[in-house]
Amino acid sequence: MKYLKAFGQFWYDFIIGDDWKIAVAVVLALGVLLIALKAKLFGDHGLAILGGVAIVVFFALSLAIDVRPKKPKP
Amino acid sequence: MSAASWGLLIATFAACFVEMVEATTIVMAMGFTRGWRSAMIGMGAALAALAVVTAIAGYALTTWLPESALQLAIGGLLLIFGLQWLRKAILRASGRKAMHDEDQIYLDEVESARAAGAASGNGLDLFSFMVSFKGVFLEGMEVVFIVITFGLNAKNVPIAIVGAAAAVITVLGVAVALRRPLAMIPENLLKYGVGLMLASFGTYWAVEGIGIFRIGRQSLEWPGQDAAILGLIVIWFLLSRVFISALRAPEARSATTSNSTPVQELAK
Repeated sequence: MKYLKAFGQFWYDFIIGDDWKIAVAVVLALGVLLIALKAKLFGDHGLAILGGVAIVVFFALSLAIDVRPKKPKP
Repeated sequence: MSAASWGLLIATFAACFVEMVEATTIVMAMGFTRGWRSAMIGMGAALAALAVVTAIAGYALTTWLPESALQLAIGGLLLIFGLQWLRKAILRASGRKAMHDEDQIYLDEVESARAAGAASGNGLDLFSFMVSFKGVFLEGMEVVFIVITFGLNAKNVPIAIVGAAAAVITVLGVAVALRRPLAMIPENLLKYGVGLMLASFGTYWAVEGIGIFRIGRQSLEWPGQDAAILGLIVIWFLLSRVFISALRAPEARSATTSNSTPVQELAK
């Protein structure tokens, strides 16, 4: 169990790293693209551009969360 | 050699160079503090393990996964790595995160090496071996993915391996010649450049790979096909500059001299 936990921790550190928001942003952006693909919203070129825009938007949101003003502790 | 091959060579060289500088700092701290034998054995063992991982992962990925699944998996990973590097570069250039300081990392490693106590006898110093092995292996794993993914997509893994191996030899050569941490290398700027590259290639491949979910499992097609990668590099660069300007902390604004740009700050 100890080794399994260490193995999981290694892959978490390797892929997610010290900022989980980036991984979440990538998954959400690709999720939006997948929904658009299944809904047949656009052709290939339109979907590719939508995917690129979604990645930028979710990355910007993760940065915004990083730099948001912290509430002072009471 | 074609322009694409040169691009592949430069990309893997730059990515591996940055990671090797960090790994070398750790090995040097162990070598100078606790002796070179165990530190070098640890580094050698890690490089051998990385070579085995590269061969196995490369074979498994090409054999078992269809092209669009490969693009989605490796594009997604590259995108996560690239955006993490880009995020740090943006936060550093805007004054919201401390610059990566190789000298400070070296001093921290030396302190931990001394705190671990003396090695027993003339055998292998397990502390030095493990720290060196772990440092080189962890930094190298990212390079393994970059070499495999860039190499497979360009259908030229040998060139990708040459780029990475050249970086290893260059960094080790400079380290042996200077015998001190490689703090003079503009690591923050290099990380920014590699982050831009990984984010651009990652965006391209991950979006293409979403095609795995449609009938026929055909990859999505970007406008302009491969030329879209150049467009993505330009877009990510311009966006990163916009983010740096927008997020610039007030104290960083006043601390920066009027002659120095955010990118020049990263180069320090």
